[in-house]
Amino acid sequence: MADIAIRQNPALLDTNPPLVRAEGYHDLTEQISTIIEGDILKTPLKYWITLGVTGSITVMLLGMLTYLVATGIGVWGNNRPVGWAWDITNFVFWIGIGHAGTLISAILFLFRQKWRTSINRSAEAMTLFAVMCAGIFPLFHTGRPWRAYWLFPVPNTDLNLWQNFRSPLIWDVFAVSTYFTVSLLFWFTGLVPDLATLRDRATTKLRQWIFGLLSLGWRGSARHWNHYEKAYLILAAISTPLVLSVHSIVSFDFATSVIPGWHTTIFPPYFVAGAIFSGFACVMTLLVIARWSLNLENLITIKHLENMNKIILVTGSIVGYAYATEFFIAWYSGNGYERFAFINRAFGPYYWAYWTMISCNVLIPQLYWFKSMRTSIPVMFIISITTNIGMWFERFVIIVTSLHRDFLPSSWGYFRPTYVDICTFTGTIGLFLTLFLLFARFLPMIAISEVKGVLAVEKQTFAKETVGHH
Amino acid sequence: MPQVDIEQIKDKLGLGEDKVYAVMGEFSDPHDLVHAGRKIREMGYTKIDALSPFPVHGIDDAIGVPQSKLGWMVICIGLCGSATALLLQWYVGAINYQLVIGGKPFFDFSYSIPITFELTVLFSAFASFLGMFAINGLPRLYHPSNNYRLAHRATDDRFILIVEANDPKFNPQVTSEHLKSVGAGTVEVVVG
Repeated sequence: MADIAIRQNPALLDTNPPLVRAEGYHDLTEQISTIIEGDILKTPLKYWITLGVTGSITVMLLGMLTYLVATGIGVWGNNRPVGWAWDITNFVFWIGIGHAGTLISAILFLFRQKWRTSINRSAEAMTLFAVMCAGIFPLFHTGRPWRAYWLFPVPNTDLNLWQNFRSPLIWDVFAVSTYFTVSLLFWFTGLVPDLATLRDRATTKLRQWIFGLLSLGWRGSARHWNHYEKAYLILAAISTPLVLSVHSIVSFDFATSVIPGWHTTIFPPYFVAGAIFSGFACVMTLLVIARWSLNLENLITIKHLENMNKIILVTGSIVGYAYATEFFIAWYSGNGYERFAFINRAFGPYYWAYWTMISCNVLIPQLYWFKSMRTSIPVMFIISITTNIGMWFERFVIIVTSLHRDFLPSSWGYFRPTYVDICTFTGTIGLFLTLFLLFARFLPMIAISEVKGVLAVEKQTFAKETVGHH
Repeated sequence: MPQVDIEQIKDKLGLGEDKVYAVMGEFSDPHDLVHAGRKIREMGYTKIDALSPFPVHGIDDAIGVPQSKLGWMVICIGLCGSATALLLQWYVGAINYQLVIGGKPFFDFSYSIPITFELTVLFSAFASFLGMFAINGLPRLYHPSNNYRLAHRATDDRFILIVEANDPKFNPQVTSEHLKSVGAGTVEVVVG
């Protein structure tokens, strides 16, 4: 977890301000733990109001899903020729958001980016909640979610069938469920030492019991840490190809079909870049709010936010490049259907969706070339939201505009969402925020032990500088 | 029912009331811990452990913690995951449920890659998660080191050095003096 560059050259510290500001290890424990340990009745009113609003939206989600199950999936606007619409758009949208969490926790860990330690815990939690929201859509699109175990190769007597392993849809089942499970294990592994910290600070019997059980008897022995670091490294190493595989497999759902606009080999890298782009934007939205409302300015500094904005700029530009490549290939392929699909995307009935996507994903993030924009909180908050709007529209554009004009003009149509579509999607946003609010209040939002490791390196560098024997 | 000798059971579990577990002392800086650990080891002690709120670099080398073997375990179980996935797809597609779909072969490595990859990752993740806790002897409800006065600070800001009683060189008084001589504070003989 040590930053090699700074360790080798302490002079870099002059140009790189410290990542976290804390008096010492105990001060750091205090800064993070007091958020969780406050009296539940003394939680600020604004927290309860926010939770009330998001909780109500979640109840609306439950209502919509109940209505869907009781009536049938016809309550959604999907119909011929647009058989996949908001449901799959929302599924891909949420899965994509999840990708930033794994990227921050695994890939940045392997690249020894120590700035990740302040944000990885909340980003991983966000991954879990986003994948939960994503799962709702295919689950309920089956119409009979209680039969969802048919998707898994479990021998059963009521079906007497096996899955078709040649279909990308079953690959998706494996990819998404593996992704959720591995993210959960990774998140919990990181959480155990911090749960032990909370256990040892607990003042009430109940807290002692809860954190005592959850921390599994962790005591921070050198032998524990030895195996722990190895396990963490392995989890990071396998999560890295996993996160790239998940959105690649999601893109296979489209790319292996013969629909013009879907049947392209650029989809896997293009989907992965888009996923990281939207995920970082979503982490940004949540962190700006959390940093402000929970007073985490000392631990989540402008430096962290600026680094994330740089990644948003890079991935946004990759996405823009992919849009251009798609158009070029549609023209260069000489395939009339392909050309039509792309001209129809930009200038057909859904032109408004296409240009929303282009402005939000390609044009607006270019502001981040300027340092003043990358370090301005209001700017980054707005861009994080427009990015997610743009990325939602990207999936909508890919899915709906490719389907709404079928090969025969007699099968052309125009998709309009029903109120159930809209309320279900809004409902998942409510669920996501509710889970995140509960997480921020009851679990350490910042990885205490990992930030201490960063602090130790900073202290050591500082000591070396003052003694002057480097 | 035979009379259960509670003392005997406690003794077997290492929970005897008056059983000395170790001598423990604390530091407030990780580097002092590493230096002290190295000195203690140079004095000839072999059963040394340390408690710290975060992984301290150099401590494994200083007190003689061997390299973790977890990686080998994960590779083996991960490969079992690959084998499971390939066998499943081959058995289902080519043996048990042959179905012609789009003229595709009943079994082929190319379309088996995604599921094989995912199951390899899934098995490896469980192996490293469960394996790490199993090797560490966790979960456990009690450990004698918890009886040290500052044990609760080991997850906060203290770095604790332990010389265990099963060390051949261990002697409560002498070892305590040794720990003090390398700079440890709050040196205690811990029973439990």
